[in-house]
Amino acid sequence: MEKSKVVSVLGVTATKKYKKLSQIAEIWHNFKKNKGAVLGLIVLGVITVIAIVANFAIDYDTQIVRQVVSERLQNPSWNHPFGTDQYGRDIFLRILYGARYSLSIGIVAVMVSLAIGGVLGIISGYFGGFLESIIMRLCDVFSSIPALLLAICISTAFGASTFVLMIAVGIVSVPAFARVARAAVMTVRDNEYIEAARAAGATRMRIMFTHILPNSLAPIMVQVTMRVGSAIITASSLSFLGLGIPAPAPEWGSMLAEGRSFIRDYSYMTMFPGIAIVITVLSINLIGDGLRDAMDPKLKR
Amino acid sequence: MKDKNLILNIENLVVHYETENGTVKAVNGIDLKLEKKRAIGLVGETGAGKTTSALAILRLVPDPPGVIKSGIIELDGENILEKNIKELEKIRGKDISMIFQDPMTALNPVFTVGEQIAESIILHENVSSSEANESAKEMLEMVGIPGHRANDYPHQFSGGMKQRVVIAIALACHTKLLIADEPTSALDVTIQAQVLELMNNLKEKYQTSLIMITHDLGIVAEVCDEVAVMYAGRIVEKGTLKDVFNMTKHPYTEGLFNSLPNVNDRKAKLLPIPGSMPDPTNLSIGCSFSPRCPYVTDKCHEQKPDPIWISDTHMVECSAYDDPAFHIVRRER
Amino acid sequence: MAKNLVEVKNLKKYFNTSRGMLHAVDGVSFAIEEGKTLGVVGESGCGKSTTGRTILRLIEPSSGEVYFNGRNVLKYNESELRKARKDMQIIFQDPFSSLDPRKTVNQIISEPIIIHNLIPNKKDRENRVLELMETVGLAERLINTYPHELDGGRRQRIGIARALAVNPKFIVCDEPVSALDVSIQAQILNLLKELQEKLSLTYMFITHDLSVVNHFSDHIAVMYLGKLVEKAPAEELFAHPLHPYTVALLSAIPVPDLSERKKRIILKGEVTSPINMPEECRFAKRCLYTCDACKDHTPELREVYPNHFVACEFPLGV
Repeated sequence: MEKSKVVSVLGVTATKKYKKLSQIAEIWHNFKKNKGAVLGLIVLGVITVIAIVANFAIDYDTQIVRQVVSERLQNPSWNHPFGTDQYGRDIFLRILYGARYSLSIGIVAVMVSLAIGGVLGIISGYFGGFLESIIMRLCDVFSSIPALLLAICISTAFGASTFVLMIAVGIVSVPAFARVARAAVMTVRDNEYIEAARAAGATRMRIMFTHILPNSLAPIMVQVTMRVGSAIITASSLSFLGLGIPAPAPEWGSMLAEGRSFIRDYSYMTMFPGIAIVITVLSINLIGDGLRDAMDPKLKR
Repeated sequence: MKDKNLILNIENLVVHYETENGTVKAVNGIDLKLEKKRAIGLVGETGAGKTTSALAILRLVPDPPGVIKSGIIELDGENILEKNIKELEKIRGKDISMIFQDPMTALNPVFTVGEQIAESIILHENVSSSEANESAKEMLEMVGIPGHRANDYPHQFSGGMKQRVVIAIALACHTKLLIADEPTSALDVTIQAQVLELMNNLKEKYQTSLIMITHDLGIVAEVCDEVAVMYAGRIVEKGTLKDVFNMTKHPYTEGLFNSLPNVNDRKAKLLPIPGSMPDPTNLSIGCSFSPRCPYVTDKCHEQKPDPIWISDTHMVECSAYDDPAFHIVRRER
Repeated sequence: MAKNLVEVKNLKKYFNTSRGMLHAVDGVSFAIEEGKTLGVVGESGCGKSTTGRTILRLIEPSSGEVYFNGRNVLKYNESELRKARKDMQIIFQDPFSSLDPRKTVNQIISEPIIIHNLIPNKKDRENRVLELMETVGLAERLINTYPHELDGGRRQRIGIARALAVNPKFIVCDEPVSALDVSIQAQILNLLKELQEKLSLTYMFITHDLSVVNHFSDHIAVMYLGKLVEKAPAEELFAHPLHPYTVALLSAIPVPDLSERKKRIILKGEVTSPINMPEECRFAKRCLYTCDACKDHTPELREVYPNHFVACEFPLGV
């Protein structure tokens, strides 16, 4: 007791004195314990750095797109670690450069899904009633259309460009986000501390932002990381079909498509882009799993 | 020394949970002897180690992180700790059964109650399935549920009736020892009265021995012959009902009685025990109750108390009784 | 004569379920004097929690009147209701789900103060929180802990501090100690009693545990399937229970006393469903003393002895 009086006199408030590990720090502490998740995080970090650096370090025109007929279809060698494609372009550099497409589309698409789906889900979960029915039925309609098909439709309608691709892939995941957000809100909504907030006189807005949102975040966050992975695959699939980012951009999906005709004799042309996609999506999934486990309070025991 | 009359003999049982945050010393050396056809109440609050002790008897302590570090557990003369899984499976449900607190989750929602009772019978007795179903119906009648309801599913029953079904399953094979872990905590008080009466009747009829785990001393008075009070993994007092209720010796037991609102004396002030249970990962070297004990002496902080036998049946672990003149406030009745 | 702080008249709450109309609270009337405690007892499904929440308008009633300090709470508009929340608070049963797991003790207790803007200055607010923590017996060092780091008893104290933060006059205590260990129960009950004397609080104490309510209440109301079946001063109810359900309830309590080996009244059957109730005494199916009159209409609550009300055709001992 004495110590605290002295400290109070010095002007340090009690909250500062007894600062404890915040929630985020605790989640990080749990996350670190999961070796797979940490590995995923490291790999993703490396890929991100590559994506950023590649923009500056590699010259698009001379190294990515320029066709060097004399060097076409070379096996992996010291000069060209992943070999060259049918136009003589170095595959290794193309893969490094291509990271930016996958990552940026994955992230932006998910942001779009989150913004639209998340809001719809929270509204329907919190307000319920007629609004909820309409939103959920619309989501049902959209999710009954095969994802890829929907993305193809949007892509074809508005023309294939990076921007349209992001929106298309984003919209495809909106129903999933809406459902997860709604479920999360509904679980939180029934807790007594929400009732306690009402008993204290809180407005509905206040309850939504200070109580429901922070507590619904966990399942939504996990969905976000999971969906980035599937967004990347969808984007690659679209590019593979020729509906995504147009050639000669080194998007991994279109690299896969190009390598198709050479797959028998020059399998490295499809192997490396494929591996790149797999590693990226796998690392994101590992992070997602790790995040889910780290945020689950029951697993703490 | 194998006493033929003992259904259960536990000596120096120690069970720890080894977690990354430290070792949880759940049970720290308990001795328990239960004679056949007797009922003992195992009393204590959350964290005292009662449920862990019960699970240890059935070798159901989750392993990892639970470890039975030492001790002897003998069920009707047979050493439980040396049995392999197959032998244990034969014993569980037949010679010894356990019922838990929450009847809602104890029953499988996709099977009828008749099937669940019959399952137990088929596992342990050599009878045909139609005979088992007949026995199942009889068991339902025995617990006060009409036999034709054997074809109903658990969700069609109320909480009290579900608990009765659970009791029927436990007793279906004429078990020798029934362990009931807070079986009525989740039930309303009038339903609790029904279930306790049922347990008393069945105990008489099947001559089953009973370990009743509870925090409610009233239930112990209703159903048991003997009592053992647990605190921080040790039995601090045990004896017959008369010993512990009327000639209470341990300060913790006294504290428990004092905390109870007395239905008959509304003016009496509640005397709670100050403080709370010690952290089981960080038990002191002395008596675990010393931080909260109103009669604490120096020896209590430094040394664990030795068991003192006041009579053939009544044991207490308290260093304060080193002084022959010492007595607690709660008077003999 | 002391004034009635809370008056409830013919309160009803019906829920429209797929199987029919659920009569959760079916015409309940009582009054609570300022500074006193009304204990409301009953088993699960009797409607006591719904009654408590309906009085605070956490659940909107189907019909009836609730007067707080002479004014009908049910007629308040939204902003008046929000202001009224400063005077009427609630303590919940479950110390686990009643606290936001993502908020610290400081944030939880100061929230009502922030909502009503009672102390705009952050430092003053913090001092008030420390004051409240001391009042309920929480150590100062716990101010930044999260609920999951604390045990049930401490969490319940946080809930009490939160309820006290706005200086209410009336607190609905919804089974505040049922989820706690025996020795902690006693601590919290003593605390609540102390606070009542110190701060002149009026309580509505909801519980299923008759021994607890005896210690704690001035008056007791017994509920069964949405109706009040008996209401009397606490001592009177325990000394002379008149309704067969009250008698059965009292006799069902296991007493930790070897000299009290009494003959227990074991009720037959289960609680009937509160959906689509027929017009008869709710308790008739389980009562040991029924006759024809009980089966054709629901008995009204009437005063049989001074201040002692029973809803029964043949109250025991009359």
